[in-house]
Amino acid sequence: MGLFSKRKTIYVDSDVLIIGGGMAGCGAAYESRYWGRDKNIVVVEKANIERSGAVAQGLYAINCYMGMQWDENQPEDHVRYARNDLMGLVREDLGYDIARHVDASVHLFEEWGLPIMKDPKTGRYMREGKWQIMIHGESYKPIVAEAARKAATKVYNRIMVTHLLMDQTKPNRVAGAVGFNVRSGEFYVFRAKAVIVGAGGASHIYKPRSIGEGMGRTWYAPWSSASAYALPILVGAKMTQMENRIVLTRFKDGYGPVGAYFLHLKTYTENAYGNEYESTWYEHTKALVGDYIDHLPVPTCLRNHAFLEELKAGRGPIRMVTKEAFQDPHLETIGWENFLGMTIGQAVVWASQNIDPKHTNPELTTSEPYVMGSHATCAGAWASGPEDYAPDEYQWGYNRMMTVDGLFGAGDTIGGTAHKFSSGSFAEGRIAGKAAVKYVNDLGKEAPQVSEAEYESLKKTVFQPLENYAVGRNEIVAGTVSPSYLLPLHGLQRLEKIMDEYVGGISAHYMTNEPLLTRGLELLEMLKEDLDHLGAEDLHQLQRAWELQHRVIASESVTHHTMFRKETRWPGYYYRGDHMKLDDTDWHCFTLSRYDRESGEWEMEKAPVYHIID
Amino acid sequence: MPTFVYMTSCDGCGECVDICPSDIMHIDPTHRRAYNIEPNFCWECYSCVKACPQNAIDVRGYSDFAPLGHSVRVLRDEEKATISWKIKFRDGREKNFVSPIRTTPWGSIKSASDYEVPSPEALNSQELAHEPDGLNINKLPALTPGQLKLGVV
Repeated sequence: MGLFSKRKTIYVDSDVLIIGGGMAGCGAAYESRYWGRDKNIVVVEKANIERSGAVAQGLYAINCYMGMQWDENQPEDHVRYARNDLMGLVREDLGYDIARHVDASVHLFEEWGLPIMKDPKTGRYMREGKWQIMIHGESYKPIVAEAARKAATKVYNRIMVTHLLMDQTKPNRVAGAVGFNVRSGEFYVFRAKAVIVGAGGASHIYKPRSIGEGMGRTWYAPWSSASAYALPILVGAKMTQMENRIVLTRFKDGYGPVGAYFLHLKTYTENAYGNEYESTWYEHTKALVGDYIDHLPVPTCLRNHAFLEELKAGRGPIRMVTKEAFQDPHLETIGWENFLGMTIGQAVVWASQNIDPKHTNPELTTSEPYVMGSHATCAGAWASGPEDYAPDEYQWGYNRMMTVDGLFGAGDTIGGTAHKFSSGSFAEGRIAGKAAVKYVNDLGKEAPQVSEAEYESLKKTVFQPLENYAVGRNEIVAGTVSPSYLLPLHGLQRLEKIMDEYVGGISAHYMTNEPLLTRGLELLEMLKEDLDHLGAEDLHQLQRAWELQHRVIASESVTHHTMFRKETRWPGYYYRGDHMKLDDTDWHCFTLSRYDRESGEWEMEKAPVYHIID
Repeated sequence: MPTFVYMTSCDGCGECVDICPSDIMHIDPTHRRAYNIEPNFCWECYSCVKACPQNAIDVRGYSDFAPLGHSVRVLRDEEKATISWKIKFRDGREKNFVSPIRTTPWGSIKSASDYEVPSPEALNSQELAHEPDGLNINKLPALTPGQLKLGVV
């Protein structure tokens, strides 16, 4: 154990352990308390649940609300919408499940004090679009966190969970997790009967467009470090659709959202010469994806595709035409408050560059790719569906349980369920929370047992970067260059470069192919070996080291999935240059992977797609 | 737009350290005041700016694309339940916005454990807490198993 053998270990027992206190984790805490009054429910969060996760900054819209009480939409409608946007491939059983429950969660938010805008004529929630309602959501997360704090037995802030623990009495069953306190450096062993992963998706696995200070201005939060995927992957849970990364068309540099602009302000895009361009790429796109280009609304990836082709044709930049809408002072206020409520950085960019959208049509850009499971994309774990109607192939236990017994997920963690956003992630957390209580009840007295040998070994692994630094630092005079260790930022930038160049990032115009992916995997393998030599100067850097570890595992999964799917399903998100066309004959399916932690091998397979067919 | 801290305003209370989602606001050991240790992991979320009791934290746009001379200032007032913004452009133009942040008193949320205990049978149903009433419709919708089929649509 060397220098750190005396580091204290703290043991925490729980019935339900919730990892990540974002929207999904808070939903899980609320619901597991409602059903499990006598249960010990623990939430563990690497930051502070008051402002953690993707909603830390606030939101100006709730993008998933049916409005069933006014017969605005039914759950089936949302399933068809998400299916269409994802080019046919979503878990419709899971998506329907979220859609049928989500309204009740939004009603709870309103009861708790979230200001939801109302249409003065109808008294209904103000619609931004068919699925979106408008909110004053600066305190969305603090409000939801208040409910979660009241529900949980205890919330542990500032603990980074690094690994899950498996049961030593029964194979393929989860038994808890380990992590460390980012402030005190104590090692934590969480022993639990059920574990719900509500951790974040992945920013910063691809090189971002901004390279200096601005590298933090990613579209998804820089603290979304792929723990949603790494934790389940490392214990052998099956993952799905990890190739389905998302590229966002957003306002340039600040990545300010465009949803309210398109849907509510009725702004539109044009090329540098003032011309509409999307329709000019219709035939070209149809040749790649066939009838999917005729679906309405046009899938997000295909709109990206037209944008990218127009840029390649030399008619950029693409701009959002705001000058007309912003003459209306009410719409102008909405346009600004939209940013102040959820992407303040865009307001800063415009103020700094004297861009007033009343007088200037602002530039748009396409982001670097992100891997997550709650926006217009659906990477994540393969989960069991709802008991009342999910097909047999989608059902092997409790709702939202992964392929590891007792391991549940929600939000970014669960795959195949695009367009759940904040409200759907919270609702999915609630679904998982209830199912976990049921699982714990059924378990009875047969509690899983953690292995002391396993967590002691992990303790050494977790703190190794501190030791690497302490020892290696003595070799050099000063500075960041050492022959014996890499700093977390070094590793992160190598990862971003590999993914960018070999797995379809911005500098490759989102293009990849089998030879590139093969080489990418070789370089990722060397990076993984080098991660044994990460050096962390302090506990903050130790957190960065483990965030990097999680990002690298997730990236490896993304690369294997991208290699496996031999088609271009989502042009505009990424392209397989060796298989440029969508292929429904062979690839109208989910891709599944399983990582074998003994051998380090990845097994790939296909799984069928079930649709609601009218 | 990374945050920075004004030396003369910060009293080292640590509220920003406690709230930062990115763990980048730390106390400088020499000056005993907070500073941003890792500007390139700052999301510009303003969590620390809003939380600072001394209004000591501000933001200067990211150096790789934001010219100097701008400012976006915020005042979050929990008692009045409002958030106020002042945007100043590089060329001096200003815009001001005020929004509500909450409609109920802080701390007033009814705990999940303060509701009547649900029946054991209800745990086996598909209904979540407060459903179907909480949906404002009569019944939780459901598919039948036969409605999900293989094929391409």
